Amino acid sequence: MSRQFATCRISPNPLGSLDSMIDDDFVKSLLDGRDYLSFKHHEDCLTINCLPESLVDFTKHLRDEETFDLLVDLTAVDHGDGAEKRFSVVLHFYSLVHKSYLRIHVLCPDNEAPCIPSVSSVFPAANWHERETFDMFGISFSDHPNLKRILMWDDYPYFPLRKEFPLAGIEVPLPAADVAEVTGADVDPAPMMGGPFVASGNSRMSEAEPRAKDESWTEKSEKPL
Amino acid sequence: MISNEVGYNSKVEGEVIVTRADSVINWIRKHSVWPMPMGLACCAIELMASAASRYDISRFGMEVMRFSPRQSDCMIVAGTVTYKMAEVVRRIYDQMGDPKWVVAMGACASTGGMYRSYAVMQGVDNVVPVDVYVSGCPPRPEALLDAMMKLQGKIGNESSVRNLSNKPEPTGVA
Repeated sequence: MSRQFATCRISPNPLGSLDSMIDDDFVKSLLDGRDYLSFKHHEDCLTINCLPESLVDFTKHLRDEETFDLLVDLTAVDHGDGAEKRFSVVLHFYSLVHKSYLRIHVLCPDNEAPCIPSVSSVFPAANWHERETFDMFGISFSDHPNLKRILMWDDYPYFPLRKEFPLAGIEVPLPAADVAEVTGADVDPAPMMGGPFVASGNSRMSEAEPRAKDESWTEKSEKPL
Repeated sequence: MISNEVGYNSKVEGEVIVTRADSVINWIRKHSVWPMPMGLACCAIELMASAASRYDISRFGMEVMRFSPRQSDCMIVAGTVTYKMAEVVRRIYDQMGDPKWVVAMGACASTGGMYRSYAVMQGVDNVVPVDVYVSGCPPRPEALLDAMMKLQGKIGNESSVRNLSNKPEPTGVA
């Protein structure tokens, strides 16, 4: 038994792995007859562009026919305000048979109200991932069973991972009005002076508390450009 | 420290103890602190270690951790307080009976720590009155024990009798 584990090979590049069935023929057969797909070159794993309207059918095909039955991650990318199509949703699948990953890029058609179909009917794991993507990027997923914020509170007015959102945050009222009234607290932008705030790693435990790394700028003296 | 301890000479006073009400009340209170672990992040692991056998918080008379605010009088805020959680922290604080104290354990609870971010409250003292701040990320159990002993010292110097008669109107939200 232990011998089996010892000879188990983990390839850093699944495309180059000898026992992998993910090769050019596989890609060709996958793309063949599916004009909603296109190949996208990435160094790390097989990446395929997919049109949003065919996403659910294609993920179903991947799960049932191609053994990509594990949805590893679902997230999004904000390409910035200048991009022709600003948001894309990225899905990572893993096949326990091929032992390799597959990535799907879906460009959201509308920049103002980005929306793509939900794959949570095919992969239940997508449910919370899509809620997080909605929470952070404001991308909605049609036919999602419970599309509401998952990390920030329901009334939060912004989407924090969009490019224009500052890391420190924007002032808004506290989620609970009665607590805000009693305490006078609200959601304030975090002080960013001297950032980033990280532990210095290789120092003694007693000195490793996260602290301002660049103390040359403070609230009083501006950050040097 | 000026002695407000029990003044007692058994040869003179026999079975009688003469003291001040403040001293007695504070002495009782500081040796029966019932902490409520408000464990929000990794600091809570160190909090557990403080309660376990190696560090043994019970040596100092505060081992009765209660997970209900109704039964406890010291909230140990151990971890990162997000804005979403701040409301909960305040409501639980309001559910604790007076007198009550708060210990902000670790960098996050004290100041937001390394999380200078849109989601994290920059110090739990924005919503609850904090008595003792503990530095560290996370603080070692010794640091928490030291903080609890500092809290005992603070309780020992409170004007408990005057506080009883001049009790402010409750401003709770719970």
